[in-house]
Formats: sequence, C-alpha cells, structure tokens
Amino acid sequence: MDKKFMTIDGKTVEINGERNILEVARKAGIDIPAFCYDPELSVYGACRMCVFENERGAIDASCSAQPRDGMVIKTNTPKLRKYRKTVLELLLSNHCRDCTVCPKNNKCKLQEFALRYNLSDVRFPNDYNDASKDTSSYSIVRDSKKCILCGKCVRTCNEIQNVGAIDYGFRSSKMKIVTAFDGEIANSPCVGCGQCAAVCPVGAITVKDDSEKVWNALSDPNTEVSVQVAPAVRVALGKEFGLKEGEPLMGKLVFALKALGFDKVYDTSLGADITIFEEAAEFADRLANGGVMPMFTSCCPAWIKHAEHKHPELLNNISTCRSPMQMFASVIKHEYKGDKKHVHVAVMPCTAKKFEAKRDEFTAKDGSKTVDYVLSTQEIIAMIKTAGINFAEAENCPPDNPFEEFTGGGVIFGVTGGVTEAVLRFVSKDKSDKALKEIAYTGVRGLKGVKEATVKIAGKDVRIAVVSGLANADALIEKIEKGEVKYDFIEVMACPTGCINGGGQPRAELKDRILRADGLYKADEAEVKRASDENVLVKEMLSKMDKHLKHELLHTTYIKR
Amino acid sequence: MLKSREQLQALRETLLKAINAEKQRIIVCAGAGCVSKGALKIYKKFGEIMSEKKVNFSLELQKEPHSDGVRLKESGCHGFCEAGPLVRIEPQGWLYVKVKEEDCEEIVEKTVIGGKCVDRLAYSENGVIYREQKEVPFYKSQTRIVLSNCDKIDASSIEEYVALGGYTALEKALFDMTADEIVKEITDSGLRGRGGGGFPAGKKWSQVAAQKCAEKFVVCNGDEGDPGAFMDRSVMEDDPHRMIEGMIIAGIACGASQGYIYVRAEYPKAVARLNLAIKQATELGVMGDDILGSGKSFHLHINKGAGAFVCGEGSALTASIEGKRGMPRTKPPRTVEHGLFDKPTVLNNVETFANVSLIINEGAAKFKAVGTENSSGTKTFALTGNIKNAGLIEVPMGTTLRKVIFDIGGGMRDGKKFKAVQIGGPSGGCLTEEHLDLPLDFDSLKKVGAIIGSGGLVVMDEHTCMVEVARFFMNFTQHESCGKCVPCREGTKRMLAILNRIVEGRGEDGDIEMLEELGKFISDMSLCGLGKTAAGPVLSTIKYFKDEYKAHIYDKHCPANACQKLKTIKIDPELCKGCSKCARHCPVLAISGEIKKTFAIDQSKCIKCGTCLDACPFGAIKESWNG
Amino acid sequence: MQDTIDYSVLDAAIEEFGAKESSLIAVLQRAQEVYRYLPAEIFPYLSAKLGISEAKIYGVATFYENFSLEKKGKYVIKVCDGTACHVRHSVPILEALRKELGLSAEKKTTDDGMFTVETVSCLGACSSAPAVMVNDEIYPTMNPDKAIALVISLQGVKNA
Repeated sequence: MDKKFMTIDGKTVEINGERNILEVARKAGIDIPAFCYDPELSVYGACRMCVFENERGAIDASCSAQPRDGMVIKTNTPKLRKYRKTVLELLLSNHCRDCTVCPKNNKCKLQEFALRYNLSDVRFPNDYNDASKDTSSYSIVRDSKKCILCGKCVRTCNEIQNVGAIDYGFRSSKMKIVTAFDGEIANSPCVGCGQCAAVCPVGAITVKDDSEKVWNALSDPNTEVSVQVAPAVRVALGKEFGLKEGEPLMGKLVFALKALGFDKVYDTSLGADITIFEEAAEFADRLANGGVMPMFTSCCPAWIKHAEHKHPELLNNISTCRSPMQMFASVIKHEYKGDKKHVHVAVMPCTAKKFEAKRDEFTAKDGSKTVDYVLSTQEIIAMIKTAGINFAEAENCPPDNPFEEFTGGGVIFGVTGGVTEAVLRFVSKDKSDKALKEIAYTGVRGLKGVKEATVKIAGKDVRIAVVSGLANADALIEKIEKGEVKYDFIEVMACPTGCINGGGQPRAELKDRILRADGLYKADEAEVKRASDENVLVKEMLSKMDKHLKHELLHTTYIKR
Repeated sequence: MLKSREQLQALRETLLKAINAEKQRIIVCAGAGCVSKGALKIYKKFGEIMSEKKVNFSLELQKEPHSDGVRLKESGCHGFCEAGPLVRIEPQGWLYVKVKEEDCEEIVEKTVIGGKCVDRLAYSENGVIYREQKEVPFYKSQTRIVLSNCDKIDASSIEEYVALGGYTALEKALFDMTADEIVKEITDSGLRGRGGGGFPAGKKWSQVAAQKCAEKFVVCNGDEGDPGAFMDRSVMEDDPHRMIEGMIIAGIACGASQGYIYVRAEYPKAVARLNLAIKQATELGVMGDDILGSGKSFHLHINKGAGAFVCGEGSALTASIEGKRGMPRTKPPRTVEHGLFDKPTVLNNVETFANVSLIINEGAAKFKAVGTENSSGTKTFALTGNIKNAGLIEVPMGTTLRKVIFDIGGGMRDGKKFKAVQIGGPSGGCLTEEHLDLPLDFDSLKKVGAIIGSGGLVVMDEHTCMVEVARFFMNFTQHESCGKCVPCREGTKRMLAILNRIVEGRGEDGDIEMLEELGKFISDMSLCGLGKTAAGPVLSTIKYFKDEYKAHIYDKHCPANACQKLKTIKIDPELCKGCSKCARHCPVLAISGEIKKTFAIDQSKCIKCGTCLDACPFGAIKESWNG
Repeated sequence: MQDTIDYSVLDAAIEEFGAKESSLIAVLQRAQEVYRYLPAEIFPYLSAKLGISEAKIYGVATFYENFSLEKKGKYVIKVCDGTACHVRHSVPILEALRKELGLSAEKKTTDDGMFTVETVSCLGACSSAPAVMVNDEIYPTMNPDKAIALVISLQGVKNA
C-alpha cells in the first residue's frame, strides 16, 4: 500500500494509522498542548488548546481531526498562539491561583502552559467559585476551585474504571464535576483508585496527604515506627530524583527511609510471598473440594470495594486472603515485642490502600489499625525532598530483620499478571530458569488490559484470566455471567497495567509504564530466589501458625455495600 | 388497515367526495395565537348558535352518507396571528378578523343562513375592505406551500390529509420509484436543510444511503428553541402528517426503518398531535410493518426535549435521544456515518421533511422553479417584534426583506421607524435599513454575516437598544451553553459580563475591542455550531451600530431611550406639590425636601427603580435619557 | 408534605419506555410530571433499574431546564422572556409576580407550595407577546396588573 504523508509546521510526517492529527504531530516530536486529550480516553475536544490552522487559515482541534494524505497544517502561528493564550486567560480567570500552596505546584499543566505561552496578564477579573474542598475520602481530595472541566476524571472513572462515582453536572458556566446530588465523594461508589487524581492536569483532584501524621510519629521518641514498601514503589521514583524512569531503587529507598527516621524498613514483597502461600492453598482447596469458582484475587483494595458495590453476588468468589500489605502488617504487629508504642506505615503506589487501612476488618490486638498510615509514593518522595536527603547519591541498604527475606515472585506483584505468575512459579516443581521462562511466556505478562492463559496444574487444565482496569473486569464478569467464557482463576487489578500505574504513583504515561514493568522484572531477575515457596522465612513462619491464627492474621471477609 | 395502494386511492376518492359535498365551511383558526385570544370559545359559540337556529351542520367529515350541510371546524394556524381570532368561510374564502364571541350570531345569521359577507369583520386597511383572504395584503405576497394545509385541515384527522392528496408521495416512493431515484429527486430539487446552515438534504440522504449498515435512523429535529421562532411548531401541530410522510420517504430512500422525532417539551400540543398522527398512520397502514403491502417498514418514536437549546445541534440532539446530557461531540465522525446510537442517521428539521412530499409529488423541476438558483423552494418565517402584522409567513426564497416587513408585515407598529431585524435568533445577526433589499436566501445572508437559521425574524424599531438586544442574546446563549468547551463556556460569560456593564452605564474604554476579540475567538475556537455562532448578534450589532455602543460607554447615554440604568429621574419643580410621598417610597432614601416645597432626587443615590414615578400623585416625576 | 414515593409510577414508565439507558429522560419526565420534582429517593432506584450511575442521572437532571430537584408549586407560572416578549416588556411582569408572591430569582416556589415563578426562553406565542404560561395554558398580551390579577384569581380557585 502507498504510504501517506502530511506536512506539519513544514515537517513531512508519515501517517500510520494514528487516530488523529495530534498523535501524528506528537510522533513527529511536535508537542501540541492539550488539557483534555488522553490517548487512553475517548476524545472530548473541550479545551481547544490543541488547535491547528489549515492552508486556508481555518482552525480545528487536532485531537478530533483526521490526518489525510497531503494535508498541510501549522500548529504555531500568531493566531493560534493568541487564541491559546486567550484559552489560558479564560481558564485562569475562573481558577484559584494560589499556586504556591497547591499540591500540584510545579506539576500543573495550567501552570506549565501559562509559562510556555509567556502569559503575563489575565485581562478578566478572577471570579472562581469559592467552594470548599471535599476531603471526605481517605484516598483523594477534590478541590473544585482548581477544576478546568477537562473531563479526564469523569472519563477515567467511567470508561476505564466503570465506577461512575463522578460525572458532569449542571451546564454553562455553572457546569461542574459532581457526584450524585453533589454530595461527598466518600458516600459515592468511589473505590479510591486515585486514577482521577493521576489524570487530573491541575490541582482539582489530588492524593490525600497523610505525611504530617507520619512526621509526627517519626519525631516522637516514645514511638517505634516501622514501614513496609510495596513492590511497585521502587520503580516509580527515578524520574523524581533525576534518575531513570523505571529503574528499581529499593536499596536507595531503604536508605532514605532510615534517614527519615523509620526504625524498621521492610519490603512488602515478603507480604506477597505470604499471600502466594495462602492464596495458592486456598485455590488448590477450592479446586479439589468443589469450592466456589472461579476464584478472584483479593490483593487490590479498589477491586474489592468495587465488587462490594457492584458485584455482591461474587463476594464468595473472591479469595479470603488479605492483601500482601495487610498480611504483612498483621504479622509485623503480631510479632512486635518492643516496649514503645508501635506505629506501622505502608508506602504504597496506591490511594485505595489508604481506605483499606481504615477498614474495620484490619484491627490489631491493641486496638490500633494494623496499618496506621498509608503513604503514597508521591508523599514519600515529598518527604524525602523535605528532609533534604540526596536520594540519587544514596547507598543501597537491605531491609531490616526479622523480615529481610523476600523472593522475585513477591516483587512482580506490582505489575498486571504478576500475582498469577507468582502463583504459577509456586505450583511449579521445576524452579529452573528455563521453567520460569516458560511460565513467563504463558501469556500472563504484558500490559494489555485482558490476558488469558491455560496451564496444567496437578494434571488439570486451569483457565486463567488476568485483567487490569475495572471496566475490563466488569466486561469480563458480564461475559462470565452470561456463560460466554469460563475461568478458574482471575487476577484483577483496578489500575490499568497494575500497581506500577497506581493512583499514588507519580504520573506515568504508557511509555513510562513499560519502563516500570521492565524495572520490576529486572528486580525479579536479580533475586536468587524467585518463587515464593523458596522463602524459608515465610515457610517457617507459616508452619508455626495454627489454623486459627492464620485466619486471624491472614484472611478477611467482605461486605455488601 | 390498508393493504395496497389501490385501497388508499379508493379511500382518498371517497373522502374527497365527502369534502366536496360540504355546502359551506366555517373554519376557526385554532393556532396558538388565536386560541390565546379566545378562538375555542368562538368555535363553541358557533356550535351553540347553529344548534339553536337549527342549521344543518356537522363537526366532522361525513363519509357515508355525505352531508350537504355546513361544516364547522378548527384548523391550524392561519398565520395572521396579529388579527386573530380568525374565522374563514369557505368556499367563498372570506376572512373575518378579530372575531369576538358576540360576533358569532351575526356571522351565522348573515353568512351561513344569508350567504352574505359581514364586511365589518373583514380586514380593512387604509379604508379598503378586503373580503377574501387571498386579497388581504398579508397573504397576497406570500407563497404558502409548506403551510398550505395548516389553515385548511383539521390536523387531528388523517382523513382530511389523505383527502387533500396526503400520502400520494409515499405511494410514488413505494411503488413508482427506486431508493436511488428518490434520493436523486431530492438532490435535483436543491432542497437545503431549513434548520440552520442550509446543508443540501439530497447530499445528506445519499451519504446515509451509501452506508453499508443494517440499522439506520431517520431523525427529525423539532427542537425549535430559538426565541422568536414558531414555524416548526405550526407544522407539527397543524399538519403533522406532511412531516411524517417526509420522514417515511426518507426512511425508504436511505434504508432506515426506525425514526425519531425530537420535540420541545414546551410544545405539548405538538407532542399530542404527533402521537395521534403516528397512531392514525399506523392504523391506516401508511406506516408500520409492510406499508401498503410494499414489504417496506417504518416506525416512529417521539422524544420530548427537556429544556436545552443546545439540543438543536445534531450530536447534542442524538445524545439527548440516547438519554444523555445534550453535549455536542467533536466531529468526525459525522452524523451520517455515526449518528444516533452510533448508526448512520439522516437528521433534518421539521420544515425540511415537510418539503419532501411536495418534491416527490410535483418533481424536482417544479420545486426548483420557486426561489433562487442556489436556494430553491419557499421558507417560512415567524414575523415578530415591533411590526404591525406579526405572524407566520411563507415566501419564496430570495424574497426581499422589504417585501416581508412592509408588504406582508404591514410595516412598523405604532408608526415607529424601522431600525433593524434580528434573523436566525441567537445564532444569527441583525440586518439594517441598508439590507432591506437583500434577498432572503442562504447565500445572500451568509455574505452579510447573518444566517437564515430556523427563520425567526424579530423586527425592531427606533426604541430598541441594539446593545441591549446583543446583551439579551448573549445572556440567552451563555445560559444555554452546554458548558463543555472553554471558548463557549468561559468566553460567553466574559462577553456577557462586559455587555451587562455597558448597559448599566459602567462601560469602559476598550470594551468594544474586547467584545470583538472575544467574539472572533469564540467563533473560531468553539467546539460546535452553536458556540461558533454565539457571538453573531454581538459582532453584527457592533458592526452596524457601533455608535450606540460608544454612546453607552463614553457618554453613558442610551440613544434608544431604553436602558433603564442610563436614564435620569427628575422631579419637575413646577408640578411638585411637596407632598413627600415620593421620598417616603424611595427604597434608597435618595429623595429629600421640605413639606409643601419642592423635593429633589440625589442622582448619586438613585437606583432608577421607578418607584417614585408610580408613587407621585401629580405626575411631577419624569424619566429622561438626555443626561 | 410528600408522602412516601410511589415507585409504581417509575415501574410503569420503565415498562413503557424500556429498561435501557436511552429511556432515562422519558422516565425522568414522567417522574417530574407525577411528583412535580425529582425526589432524591428515585435516583438509586433508577440507577439499579436502568443501569446508569447515580452521578450520571444527576448530571442529566441538572443539565435540562425542565427537571427540578426541588418540589414545584401547584401552579407553575412561566413568564416568557423570548425575544418578542422581551422587547414588549416581559421583565416588569416577572418582577411584579415575584413581588406579589414574595419570590426571587433564587426562591422560585412559595412556601405554601401553590406557586412557582420562573422564566422560559420562548413559548412560541410571540404574536401574543408578552405571554405567560400557567401549567399548560398560555395567557396572551400580559402586563404586570393582569399578571397579578391572574394570581389572585388562581388563589381564589384554591380557596373555593
């Protein structure tokens, strides 16, 4: 077939199936500005920043215009610059401009474009609607004074997650993003996944900040503060500290956490190893004894809350295993022998974990929550910066005793398919590199939203599905309920591509996610032991627990919402 | 249910005989204007009087046996709303205007029984009495084709529609033509969409017909939301079958078997009439499955609007039918490819569909003979504002504004001077004296920065302030903006704020330039057609009436003596008796004085509310706009 | 006071229009007709029946002018502020009605639940401008005095 070309700003660019001109331009290295466009969401066309001029001087939005062979367009003309500045002025005239005290300061698209277009004045009175923030959620904070109505949050909540907690409300200049009856987000079906905060270009939805409470605990001499760090955190730090995106940096992070004053630093990968033992056992039991099938994984708290809202009929299908964070925290608190008050913190890629930590089910013997505070990756980065720690130059430190051992199987929990792969490694008797490679190629790897694999376990064909993104999960469940497909084991992660793209991580475009996934697999390969059953520490720990204690520390129940 | 063309033709013949047998018809206009002035009471009164006087009359068409008596009926809008309530006598064609209940007896006596015209009720102008409707100047310059049935038939009767040639076009489309031939006929006729930009209907149909998709839709836009427009309402209420016939033909031509009519909820009568018409058409067999035994099917659904002007935009309208917020989406994909429920969709407005049967019946050539080269056929307009003969009119495309306003509209009301006419509602622009000889057609209007829009013509006299008119439309557009794209949502808000300041006497140097800048920005940058045209009224009033803007801004003066905040209220010392009533009523204590001496208003405190004017028993307080 | 919600109204509407997303507006219109507003209780009910999130239903309810989340009066008086009515002085009519009933742009319904006063962009009765619509009936060529007389006569109907 003949190749097709178009000319953008004098540059000839091949058209290769891109869905719009914006994508063609970006491929050619021309960064057309846009607020409302996201390659993973439907085209909305509202911000009008991505406009271009055709040969006749007519203006159109590049996010919705189709590239055509022979087309000649310009994206940087005096008229377009002027119009973009007017868009920015209009948005800023309706925007709370307390930038210096905004959580998105320096990460805000509106700020970035105002600077890029050299905006020196806003010619209209600033009359934003001074509504109070919605701080009702444990996961996110909504601040409508900052909202520019780009609709990314609504499209993410509906198209990617099928949660529908928020939508467009009212119209004209009264339009705003609303929950039902404009009530608090905590009373909505919001699952706390934080994907809305991740896509928000401004400070209208941000991650709930709990760092002050952790600072207080750290500075209290009568409190011992332990911390666990989830697998996906280690590959999301690089860019923020001037290192490479996706580079696994657990060693440096342990150093930094110690420098911040955490008494004990642990790796949640160990929690993941415990989970594999328990979850594999549960699955084997269901399979052998005719338990409720298919079995869904239970690591992801956003998926759990979603199921509690939307699929109460499936609650018995979900593994009773606590998430790795909760299993590990329960064990840590259970094993704590010190005299001081013990506060346990979890550093997570996730905002839903903040909600999970507050669930009634997860209360330690002393009445405290098993996880006292959850910090997102974003918060821990901010704390490290506050303390002035030179992260890039930090030395590598191992995690602390007595929970220093973990396997590669635990590490890969941070990417979609990782839980499943870890289970397969666990059940495989052969732990050779060749055997592990074969498992990796069953189809469980890759960043696709829905993956399938069939493997032989104990002589039986086991049908596996791996989904990330709750809309994908809902679509799969619908198919299962209609009887169109059949599975035995289903891994669900709420965030597309898994925890590497969690709502609490620094924002990751698709290309960043690929790097982060690669980083996790690299960290996995660096481990000598790569199957969870090789974790001697965990094996011994579990062998000492009776059934009752296992139930108390490692399993949970769900409620219909 | 009719199973064949022959059965329909036989029925038509019987019905026509029945109509021809009627000796005389008293047709009472039951359009919205006449009804609001008491037409229904007049209709009832006629019945009572004729019963009393034992006149042989009937209220419905008498099929078998035919009645040779008098037929009393309600028809749709006659258009001459200003002169309502209207009563027409047929076959003589006499038109009685401003009829009151008290007049009914005389009409029955003299006209029905005596066969004579009641001249005092006929329309007269400059001492000339016009007995026959067709001689009345309001009607004489019109070409009523689309509206031809409105003042004749009882819209709740499919039989009357059939009798007068209704559904003959459908017959032709079903049995004498191929789908391609239908599309070709529409294309050749040059019919352009009557709802907005004037896109050729034939082109649209052929694009949908070319789509290879099993499911397609025909959608009629009856969301006539322009303030000052009521043409589509009249067609939907008064001749619903004409529009429905057009839709069925569109379905046959394009391969769609489902249609939707989106009607404003503010038109409850139109909704009721359309529902009834659909029921009748289905029962008769001209709609539904296997129409007249042809094997072709077409079903119609009605969706009521819920109050959003933006739903007049195609993609917002389809979103609304789908149960969603009426927010326009980006294009492509276009409606002809991915329209309603993501399927290929023919979307035309009421008047466009109402023209279809005409084209199929008479042929493209005859249709093209009316109107101009590039704008064929007629156009209906709602003529309102400060004009003598407000009402609903239909003229050939290309008729001049002068003819419409002065010949048909009878010129300005109360002898005032013509100033401007707003065409195309909030999406259009204003035309001034210099445009009086401009032909009203798609291309001529586009050249002067206006659009035909849906056809609202609001006539304004010297006492209409053009800045206030622009402000009014901007207020409307801002309120009706869907809120999606930044230029329309935020831009119209800023323009409105500036216009509000100007009419309140707080205009500043640079306001006109800012309005122009924002206006061009919104036109170029908005997502949908409504946003792109939102600044039209402001830009065109600045173009033609810049001096008025300047007077408001720099002299704090409203040349039209209309802007309330720019007037001064003064007490005439000659007339003031010093009673203090005004001072006691003033809500801001701006008036002071000594009892039995002259009172005075502190202009710096006065909020121009006018309370004192009403309070003064001596007429001593006066408004003025001259500083 | 409104009594408990009669969900059979919604069931009948869903039956008539179909349990699908595209029926939402028609079902809400029915609810608005019967209850004279959209009670909060119906949102979860419709969400479950039509498979639409409550937030989305709220978004639709707040987009269209004809839906009210607050209860409307027995007589809904719509003062037309279309172009033709506006140039023939409809605003004083609106002001007179609001003054007479103690209402404002924010407070649209009287405390006794008898009257709601609102504006409408165009009633399509431009030839009878300025026009006022009470429930479904249009009153032509109004002025402030006639509007007040109309309210008084409607109050009389109530008292009788």
